[in-house]
Amino acid sequence: MDVAKQGAARVGDDPLNGIDMAEAGSVTVDTHEAHGHEAHHEQSFWSKYVFSTDHKMIAMQYMFTGIVMALIGGYMSYAFRMQLAFPGESVPGYGLVSQGEYNALVTNHGTIMIFWVAMPMLIAAFGNFLIPLMIGADDMVFPRINRLSYQIFFISAVVLIASFFVPGGGFGGAWTAYPPLSANAQYNLTPLGATFWIVAVALEFVAFLLGGINFITTLMNSRAPGMKMYDIPMVLWMIVIASILFMASVGPLIAGAVMLFMDQVIGTGFFDPNRGGDPILWQHLFWFFGHPEVYVVLLPAMGIVADVICTFARKKLFNYKLILFTVFATGIISFFVWAHHQFVAGIDPRMANVFTVTTLIISIPIAEMLFLYIATLYGGSIQLTTPMLWALAFIAEFLIGGVTGIFLGASGADIYFHDTYFVLAHFHYTFFPIAIIGFYAGITYWFPKMFGKMMNEALGKIHFWGTIIAFNCIFIPLFILGAAGQHRRIYNFQNFPDLAGLQDMRVFATMALIVMLAFQVVFLVNFVMSLIKGKPAGKNPWKANTLEWTAESPPPHGNWPEGLPNCYRGPYEYSVPGREEDYWPQNAPPDTAPAE
Amino acid sequence: MSTRPIATTRSATGIPTGKLAVWWVVGSEIVIFGGLLASYVMHRLGHPEWAEYASHTNPWFGGINTFVLLTSSLSAVLAHHAAEHGDGKKAAKWLVGTCFGGLIFICVKAVEWTIEIQHGYTITANGFWQFYYTAAGLHAMHVIAGCVIMLIIANDARKGLELHRVELIGIYWHFVDIVWIFLFPLLYIAK
Repeated sequence: MDVAKQGAARVGDDPLNGIDMAEAGSVTVDTHEAHGHEAHHEQSFWSKYVFSTDHKMIAMQYMFTGIVMALIGGYMSYAFRMQLAFPGESVPGYGLVSQGEYNALVTNHGTIMIFWVAMPMLIAAFGNFLIPLMIGADDMVFPRINRLSYQIFFISAVVLIASFFVPGGGFGGAWTAYPPLSANAQYNLTPLGATFWIVAVALEFVAFLLGGINFITTLMNSRAPGMKMYDIPMVLWMIVIASILFMASVGPLIAGAVMLFMDQVIGTGFFDPNRGGDPILWQHLFWFFGHPEVYVVLLPAMGIVADVICTFARKKLFNYKLILFTVFATGIISFFVWAHHQFVAGIDPRMANVFTVTTLIISIPIAEMLFLYIATLYGGSIQLTTPMLWALAFIAEFLIGGVTGIFLGASGADIYFHDTYFVLAHFHYTFFPIAIIGFYAGITYWFPKMFGKMMNEALGKIHFWGTIIAFNCIFIPLFILGAAGQHRRIYNFQNFPDLAGLQDMRVFATMALIVMLAFQVVFLVNFVMSLIKGKPAGKNPWKANTLEWTAESPPPHGNWPEGLPNCYRGPYEYSVPGREEDYWPQNAPPDTAPAE
Repeated sequence: MSTRPIATTRSATGIPTGKLAVWWVVGSEIVIFGGLLASYVMHRLGHPEWAEYASHTNPWFGGINTFVLLTSSLSAVLAHHAAEHGDGKKAAKWLVGTCFGGLIFICVKAVEWTIEIQHGYTITANGFWQFYYTAAGLHAMHVIAGCVIMLIIANDARKGLELHRVELIGIYWHFVDIVWIFLFPLLYIAK
């Protein structure tokens, strides 16, 4: 790349950054020193796309791996939903679903969607892409550890997929892997699949620990000169707090995974009551991680939504500090709610009371955040672009997920609802807005920055409405089925006289799933078409404030080869009274006219 | 290293980036060992009979290893002291000394475990012994990993390179030490 030429062009057409450059003169010199090496020779295919240490390329690797895994996970849901709608019939594109396969499909659908879709797409892809760009840095602080993180993640995905092709097939003990079913091959009948599964999950944790340390350290130490704590865009706060929550909660489950692995392979009895072990111990270790994990994936999505609604409501985020402190509170409380997953596991009723109270308490900060987002929208000049539609849909759909959670957090009601389709519909109303709607809000918003092209708005809106309507058609019937007593993880409901009559609703939900999956083709087409012949985006198509919009689209290696930006104000200075422009970029020095 | 990004050289918190990262590594390790040891303690409290199993451990081996590991931490501190004064060669020597402590620790452990396994106290013998081997084994893997990293850093330090890393491996080594300070009473002394 021609660094000198880009720098010159930049100064010419953007007087603002001319000033910026002069001020950051010493930084400019450093940049050339640091990146002169790369700038002077073309990188080979392997070092540019496969073994890259560039945070943007690693973000793309995580994102595309996540999309591929999402397609695999979606395909699995198609196969097992077809079995439920048309039991015993051959599924087009899959074949007959046997009982063992059904278990493996539901188990790995859950595992994939949480660990190989939600986490890589929300935390790793957006975290890697946005953290250095939004804080005005040229890369992560540890680029090679970043690369190692992706490589371990990739291996973990390969191990998980490989588990389907070993004798016995993929693990079928549910994504929560409760022993003794998961620990003993005599019970789960998948001796190798179970072991591959636990190894894959453990590797995935290692990858995210490495990535998380990188994220936290980069945000703490590498902010642009002038960027204070309250000038950090909300999405970065949320990704980094999510990384801290992950780091603080995953340890016991890593220890648990080691124990489960040894139970499976060496024959220890950590979770075997016959040998002094305790199966409930696994549930504690799993959910001590598993519940904070909900917030680990929720927070990045909430952050993406915060940035999107500010840009498209042209308004300052309503009470930045209160939102931030609410996130801290959510993070802390999330460590004290885990046993609400175990109300029917034989825990002491007095302990169940305590966890009922903490679980109901955690709905307060989440509700508060949603109110603050709505207050941000109030009185704004709202532009209903595709990313804005996704962000608004997130608020609406996640609300349903949150409200139905109240029933499950109360131990009395949970005894009835536990392990029914009501629970299943509830957590899909949380995880779908998080992982899918949150991802689409983010990708449609940052696509111009990632690839330098605009996405097609018409196709984007068709995809949006098709997905949202179909999504609700899948899961609202499942709430009703759950309330009628339909239990999870059942191969064929025709064997239950009380439930067999509700078959119409199962067929309806399955049809809605097929419609929703079909609408994802619209997104893939839009993605590829926009890459090929989308309108050039320019640096700042949405007229947003944060620093990534001051870099080229897509940003070159080193992000700002002509010199890293400084920061002068908070990220959400939209519609500031007395200013001609309704936005005020973070890097614009005070006392100068706004850019363009 | 010509490719180190500017991001790595910034320090908005005032704490060097490497040190910050090592503290986060230690934080994540604390919860791993914390989860394992909490599980062990809960089981110990629920199974009074494990005291009898635990009585077959040999506190002499554990005691010697405690002494060796603590002494090696002193050596790590002396390495840091030398690195602070810019004496890379001396720092490298003390680091190799620390590694030697780690090596003795592993050798003592090897002898101890061989004797125990020969007496039938294997990892599948009962609940106590499975925690004993898992916790001490996980710790021993940290000792080995620490030694390997330390030798790499010592090799750089010998040439006067990356002297700040001497302190970082020291932080990690002290952490490994502290884990043992918890393991020793829990596995050897509590009977």
